[in-house]
Amino acid sequence: MDQGLHHRIRRRLLSAGHLIGLFLAMSFICLPGFWVVLNSFRPTVEIMAKPPVWIPSELNLDNYRAMFGGIGEGGVPVLTYFRNSMIISLTSTVIALLIGMAGGYAFARYRFRGKATIFVMLMVTRAVPGVALSLPLFILFGRMGIIDTHFGMILVYVALNVPFTIWLIDGFFRQVPKELAEAAEIDGCTRWQAFWKVEFPVARAGIASAGIFAFLTSWNEYALASQLTRSVNSKTMPVGLMDFTSQFTLNWGGMCALAVLMIIPAAVLTFLVQKHLIAGLTFGGVKG
Amino acid sequence: MAQVILKDVVKKYGELQVVHAINLHISHGEFVVLVGPSGCGKSTTLRMIAGLEDISGGEVRIGDRVVNDLPPRDRNISMVFQNYALYPHMTVAENLGFSLHIAKRPKAEIEKAVAEAAEILSLTPLLDRKPGQLSGGQRQRVAMGRAIVRHPDVFLFDEPLSNLDAKLRTQMRVEIKRLHQKVGTTVVYVTHDQVEAMTLADRIVIMRDGHIVQIGTPLEVFEKPADAFVATFIGSPPMNLIDGVVSQGAVRLADDTHLPLPPGHRADEGQAVRYGIRADNIMPEGHAMPPTPNMAHVTMAVSLTEPLGTETLLFASLAGTEVQAKMLNPRPVTNGERLRFGITLDRCHLFDAASGQSLRV
Repeated sequence: MDQGLHHRIRRRLLSAGHLIGLFLAMSFICLPGFWVVLNSFRPTVEIMAKPPVWIPSELNLDNYRAMFGGIGEGGVPVLTYFRNSMIISLTSTVIALLIGMAGGYAFARYRFRGKATIFVMLMVTRAVPGVALSLPLFILFGRMGIIDTHFGMILVYVALNVPFTIWLIDGFFRQVPKELAEAAEIDGCTRWQAFWKVEFPVARAGIASAGIFAFLTSWNEYALASQLTRSVNSKTMPVGLMDFTSQFTLNWGGMCALAVLMIIPAAVLTFLVQKHLIAGLTFGGVKG
Repeated sequence: MAQVILKDVVKKYGELQVVHAINLHISHGEFVVLVGPSGCGKSTTLRMIAGLEDISGGEVRIGDRVVNDLPPRDRNISMVFQNYALYPHMTVAENLGFSLHIAKRPKAEIEKAVAEAAEILSLTPLLDRKPGQLSGGQRQRVAMGRAIVRHPDVFLFDEPLSNLDAKLRTQMRVEIKRLHQKVGTTVVYVTHDQVEAMTLADRIVIMRDGHIVQIGTPLEVFEKPADAFVATFIGSPPMNLIDGVVSQGAVRLADDTHLPLPPGHRADEGQAVRYGIRADNIMPEGHAMPPTPNMAHVTMAVSLTEPLGTETLLFASLAGTEVQAKMLNPRPVTNGERLRFGITLDRCHLFDAASGQSLRV
């Protein structure tokens, strides 16, 4: 009896310790994000205060108002940047997913010459830091006249994302037993139908997660975009953040406000797709 | 319903040939089991009939069509896979109706066919579940239901029971047999389990290393195995094979024991042979079937016993070879106990030691 009680207390303490540990870790991870959100709602004086003000004395939307305001009053073309970001990220994600699905499926299902080499080469491209390519890309794009265009940025992001989407999607298709497609073919499907009606839905979760990764990479990318975009024609939101810097001042409040606007769509998308990410969708169809 | 004919069918992967020009004629409504150890080409053969593997040579006919170059969907076959291959994102009803849905049949017809198949396999209460929520046996039944819904010409089964536990396997075996009796469709069934093959088949096709070794009814392959491989593969426990040399109309074993040639077999003087005795045909005296006119006797020391209830399996050594014998109406036997065994010669076999071929005339 006594021992049972002792055991129970021990278990409670352990689980409490577990939760506290998690809370601390999460606070640590979330703190910068929280700070950005907080800063976007308060005046520069308070942001710059030393020692830092943790409990804001006043919250307002001044930074947002100014950002959407006219040029010269601290305003930036937020909507244009947002549109550019959306067009570039979505298009490059869709293209990267299509190529990733085709490539990933081929790597998962077919045997062909040089398969391992090609796969390794694809992965090696990820080892090259994107920034290292910014100058050659700048020169090439300049010659081709695609600097400061959506097309140019989409091209860069597709190239950046394809190896990763292929790698991810290959892994997910490998988990889909090939008997599923065979069963579908016997049930009357063409190869193409078997893919779209059976293998694709089963691997959907994996493809969705590859999509999120690709989208977030494009959406958040700064280094290359800062070189290859020049004007409102193609500037994306991360590059737009630099509009808040001038020679002698830094508009922290405005920057944070734009950062919050950047975070929102990414967060919303992640939450939307999250339900597709439930693992274990493939389990049950075949003996596990 | 349709017949399936394989004519000189060959399968090669590059240089490696895994199926060597096999010939097989399966009649309307026949239940044929391909059996053999793993890697013998039985699954490959089945997959060639299904259209899931290219045929490297020869001809496969289903009904009166040569199907060599037809994709699986045009062969009007159904297949049950070892791992069931149910579509995990569809309900049981959707799984069952998938083939009809693909064929763009009217909704009412699909519902009727699904309900009918579900009824036959007692799946009706499970129709709204996803495969992940089913037990192994239920999944197996859904896989079978998916196969019968479209009334195919041929059912193909690829080791459908090997993922089930022993009890369920026995139960599903009966269900498969019953299903075949009910729908009467031609069945080609692949297994490595000789018990499944014996219990299910109208005819058994025994394969080894890409060749067909023997084709026959379960009793034929059991009673008249074509070679030593079939003899040891079919039947449980496996047939005892004891090496010997033919000498003066008998077989002399290593320890100079002489066993008469089994009736119906012929061997040359001095020929190296293997003497085949099933456990059912070598029994200790007093615990055996009634003796027949053709009997031989040996005395052996028992080294191990396996009581099975109605009978006990005895392990003993005959001329240096471990043999298994059956004891009916068993009594406790101590290890090392010497017993006199009667061998029913009429049911014994003789194989050539070199080629393994049966010496039956």
